[in-house]
Amino acid sequence: MRVRSSSRLAVILKLTTLQTLYSTDHPGLKKRDELEDMLEERRRSSDARHALRCYAPAVYKGLAPREVSALRGAVLQSDALQHVIGQVSAECGERRELVQEEAAHLLDEMAHRLRLGTVRFFAYVLSKVFKTLFRSVRVNEEGVQRLQQAIQDHPVVLLPSHRSYMDFLMMSYILYTYDLALPVIAAGMDFMSMKVVGEMLRMSGAFFIRRSFGGDKLYWAVFSEYVKTMLRTGYAPIEFFLEGTRSRTGKSLTPKTGLLNIVMEPFFKGEVFDIHLVPVSISYDRILEESLYARELLGVPKPKETTSGLLKARQILREDYGVMHVYFGHPVSVRSLAQGRVKRSQYNLVPRHIPQRPCLAAQALVGEAAFRLVRLQEQAMVLRPWTLVATLLLQNPDGMDLPVLEEQAAWLRRLALSFGAFLDWPGRTCRPVVGAGLALHKNLARVSGGRVRLAVAETPGVGQTAEELAFDRAVGVLSCASYRNQILHVFIRPALLSVALRTANSSRKDEVYTCFNFLWTVFSNEFILCPGASVQDFEEACYLLGKCCAVQESQQDIVMSEGGHATLAFLRALLDPFLQGYQVVCQYLCKETEENLRENKFVPAARNFALQLILAGTLKCYEALSSDLQKNALAALVQLEAVTKVKV
Amino acid sequence: MASNTDISERQRIAARRLRVVAGHLQKCVQGEGAGVSAQACKTETPRSSPAKATSVPKRRQDIMKWNGWGYSDSRFLFNKKGQGEFTGKRYRLSGMILPSLKDWFEATFGTSLQHKTPATPTLNVSAVPPPNLVEPFVEELKVAGVAASHDPEGRVFRSHGHCLHEIFALREGRIGRVPDLVVWPNCHNDVVKIVELACKYNVCLMPYGGGTSVSSALECPLEETRSVVSLDTSQMNRILWIDEKNLTVHVEAGIIGQDLERQLNESGYCTGHEPDSMEFSSLGGWVATRASGMKKNIYGNIEDLVVHIKMVTPRGVIEKSCQGPRMSTGPDIHHFIMGSEGTLGVVTEVTMKIRPLPEYQKYGSIVFPNFQQGVSCLREVARQRCAPASIRLMDNEQFQFGHALKPQVSSIFTSFLDGLKKFYITKFKGFEPHHLCVATLLFEGDREKVLQHEKQVYDIAAKFGGLAAGEDNGQRGYMLTFVIAYLRDLGMDYYVIGESFETSVPWDRVLDLCRNVKERIVRECKERGVQFPPFSTCRVTQTYDAGACVYFYFAFNYRGLADPLHVYERVEHEAREEILANGGSLSHHHGVGKLRKEWMREAVSTVGLGMLQSVKEYVDPNNIFGNRNLL
Repeated sequence: MRVRSSSRLAVILKLTTLQTLYSTDHPGLKKRDELEDMLEERRRSSDARHALRCYAPAVYKGLAPREVSALRGAVLQSDALQHVIGQVSAECGERRELVQEEAAHLLDEMAHRLRLGTVRFFAYVLSKVFKTLFRSVRVNEEGVQRLQQAIQDHPVVLLPSHRSYMDFLMMSYILYTYDLALPVIAAGMDFMSMKVVGEMLRMSGAFFIRRSFGGDKLYWAVFSEYVKTMLRTGYAPIEFFLEGTRSRTGKSLTPKTGLLNIVMEPFFKGEVFDIHLVPVSISYDRILEESLYARELLGVPKPKETTSGLLKARQILREDYGVMHVYFGHPVSVRSLAQGRVKRSQYNLVPRHIPQRPCLAAQALVGEAAFRLVRLQEQAMVLRPWTLVATLLLQNPDGMDLPVLEEQAAWLRRLALSFGAFLDWPGRTCRPVVGAGLALHKNLARVSGGRVRLAVAETPGVGQTAEELAFDRAVGVLSCASYRNQILHVFIRPALLSVALRTANSSRKDEVYTCFNFLWTVFSNEFILCPGASVQDFEEACYLLGKCCAVQESQQDIVMSEGGHATLAFLRALLDPFLQGYQVVCQYLCKETEENLRENKFVPAARNFALQLILAGTLKCYEALSSDLQKNALAALVQLEAVTKVKV
Repeated sequence: MASNTDISERQRIAARRLRVVAGHLQKCVQGEGAGVSAQACKTETPRSSPAKATSVPKRRQDIMKWNGWGYSDSRFLFNKKGQGEFTGKRYRLSGMILPSLKDWFEATFGTSLQHKTPATPTLNVSAVPPPNLVEPFVEELKVAGVAASHDPEGRVFRSHGHCLHEIFALREGRIGRVPDLVVWPNCHNDVVKIVELACKYNVCLMPYGGGTSVSSALECPLEETRSVVSLDTSQMNRILWIDEKNLTVHVEAGIIGQDLERQLNESGYCTGHEPDSMEFSSLGGWVATRASGMKKNIYGNIEDLVVHIKMVTPRGVIEKSCQGPRMSTGPDIHHFIMGSEGTLGVVTEVTMKIRPLPEYQKYGSIVFPNFQQGVSCLREVARQRCAPASIRLMDNEQFQFGHALKPQVSSIFTSFLDGLKKFYITKFKGFEPHHLCVATLLFEGDREKVLQHEKQVYDIAAKFGGLAAGEDNGQRGYMLTFVIAYLRDLGMDYYVIGESFETSVPWDRVLDLCRNVKERIVRECKERGVQFPPFSTCRVTQTYDAGACVYFYFAFNYRGLADPLHVYERVEHEAREEILANGGSLSHHHGVGKLRKEWMREAVSTVGLGMLQSVKEYVDPNNIFGNRNLL
């Protein structure tokens, strides 16, 4: 590639070293552990005995011999917290004791109260629930063993993907079942409002943090010291969600770095020898919140978490949610991440309890690590055949003949595998697999007369307006899209390249790269694209498309090869809803006459704009209605400085 | 009137001497085990030494090993029964059987006594490169009456310190660059003459004191093409005067620690400066490396002890014009000299503070349930500024190491007592044998004050779960200090190589630093293919107001490694990186030498390094003192 300037070369070099570093932690995409059904044992023996069995997990070898109740005191009396309390009391003129009391109050509001009794109760109930909901829960036991070793050697941070409320219940349940130390889990404050359940979650290891506490120095200090104290003492593995919230779309969300910063700091400051970050990929055949999510994306507010709401949700127990997969990734050592990148001696000159803004290198490292970890989650996410079927159905809204669908699914399977997808495809034949997927998701797809199509209403029902019909359809499409989205990470780079090949003025690599880079930047909020890695992503895309014979590369050019049409067309179609959706947002912003658009007005207005286009028949893409897409588009436009945010 | 004061003065001195004598007598009266002498740990020199007793002959190789630590007659070995044994007559441990040494050794390093790696027995003189002599220089030296020799054995002896790689190479019979000539000045004026001639003939001078350097400071720089002359200060070893009114002593800088202390003791005084190497290291060496003594809590480190220094440089002699106890005359020029590591000149004479010999000495030890509690206790002792003459905290591994050196017990009763003690600590007090650690103590002073002081320290210890564990354990801890260097030679007979290194660190980081460095060592060894987990242990050896000095021992079994020395050097390098990353200093008292030069800029900043370089450029523009240490 000719465009490589020296600085870019430097970037590439840096990236390749990083890549080799990661590849040691993540040995190739081919070799993955076997998955075992952990519910099998539960179906054979007594749940009560399981709940009451002797639970004696291996703990961190450096675990400071201290009482569990001493944790609270250790946090409140810590130098770091005392320092901030002093500062706050000086700043707002409060008496120190009052601020101290406030800190204690915040801590009590936040802290978990892990009780083995509650854990056992959950173990019993969840055994019943999971057995009803899932046909099986498959776990990579080698990963569990690795985790067990890691827990003994170092403080461990568990980083599961977040698609459902089930995630953290399942995590704790698995760790209990395999006799591993139970994690303490950072949970959103939302649960606290569920009176009984909130308390029970607390007693099973959840601690609650406010969604936003940007300016609250004291809250931040209590919170970060609480987490760090647990980490330093090896009290328990810490678990939190890098994505910050449940992904409503099935795609991974751009990671939040706040908590990751906190958990990595004890290493930077030399308070622990190392910290191991363990990405965990949790995937579902069917997500419990499936249609709830679609509705949320269309602007129906999320139902508030209440205990009675939970009881009403019992009906979901009657449905079949297929198989659940949990894959524990290789632990990533913070020490090896930081090797040669962060000078720990920068902390030598200030007492460590005084908060210090991390240096740029550390910030960059944390940001990069966050993306890499989410990528690791994505790569180890077990993909089911249904995700391929959903992809195909969305590309053919008029439906497909079943044999064609099967044939296409087989083709797509080969493509996905050659791109390194972690596809769980039982057997070699296509028909039963596609059939099983369709049966499980009969609410989303319908087979009639040998033709398969999305299960969306064609004509308005009785008393249904055109708008309501469009809304219903959109729910169907978005639900289906949430499965397609699960596999997008496999195709995203080649897909961006396919579009770039079409839009570029010539086949010269540098021009193709310019187009690729533009798309890459535009979609950097939509997909997990590691910041600064566009060159690497471009090369990966070229490699993958070359590997499946869709393109041919020469020294300077990159062109579609003879038989590459189908692949490239498919990949372009994959991005099409996003391109259309972003275009709609742009159209809307151009038409919007009001000088100062309020941010909270943007999503409803943009949705309404898209809805009008759909009703007028000029727009066929229902995904343009998704608030997630609209927000991402806006964020991209802000980044590209096409839109500016102003504080009023 | 004058005579009156003289008389009262004389009476005062007499009274003090009496007290000292009484103190010594008292110890004897107390009977076995109660009052062991601190001196007992070190070499016991024969009583019948001549007035000008010196332990260092010009031909050092006659009494000392050419390829190992210390005296030729003293060494560890495993006898035919496989029991550990320490030969010779010089030390308390000499001639004793150490029954648990073998088991500890084999279990710790995974070695077997079957697999030996014996050293080359004698120096192959033909392997020594011929000397590169500047004839007129040698001639003029002869005229000036300065002793000189280019005997290969003597030159090899002065071509190294005691870093692992230096000794390892000698044991394998590998000889690198060695000095071309050894000279022995007798006094300050000899040194002036030598330096003048060296400047005249552009000869490279390398001062050599005790030869105990562990920083590669004595290695001849490979890039040095000039004739290299080792300037051995050992014959400048007289005490020139003692000033009892000001309590100072003026000494030639070549004197070694044990001679200085013994000769002062005969007059009822001591300097109290006792670095672990004091049997062999010299006063000039202490000044040149900023040495630290075990009893610095009472007497201070070398920078606190020195009142006046005379140094010969290529520019001339540097010294202060008076002996005032403190001055405000710009930056203290002594601080250009102390730590200069032989790069600026030769320290020839030093005036040092002295103290009356303490009337009473007492060892002690405290067992803590874990290292953390021990460190907390030391921190509290430092906070209250009540540290005894010496207080050291060994971690669990080192505690067990100390136990392995327990001599055969003489009676059933003692072993019964030991068992009882162990039972009390582990079962009754619930100390975990694999976590507990021991602090060793040495108290000095008036008998009453010592007892009072002892109580204060033990009271503090009790607050941190510490139990007094007897004088014997304490004494054994200090003994370890003097014999550990001999133990390394034993290890090297059986595929085990090791080294110690030190740092200083603020109190709040002591625990983190110790844990991280020890773990880093284990990790790096594993990654580099060391088959058996290494011995990685530390102790806190000094306490200060704002921090502590930490000492690491690290050794491993190198069977199966293609290049053990390289592995060793990488691991030590990584350990030092870890120390610096955890807020530790580049060195507390070993110095920088050539071994740690790469970190100097980071340690003192670019401007700081430039300052030192500009001093070097002024004082020694032609790099006559070309050992290339430090900068």
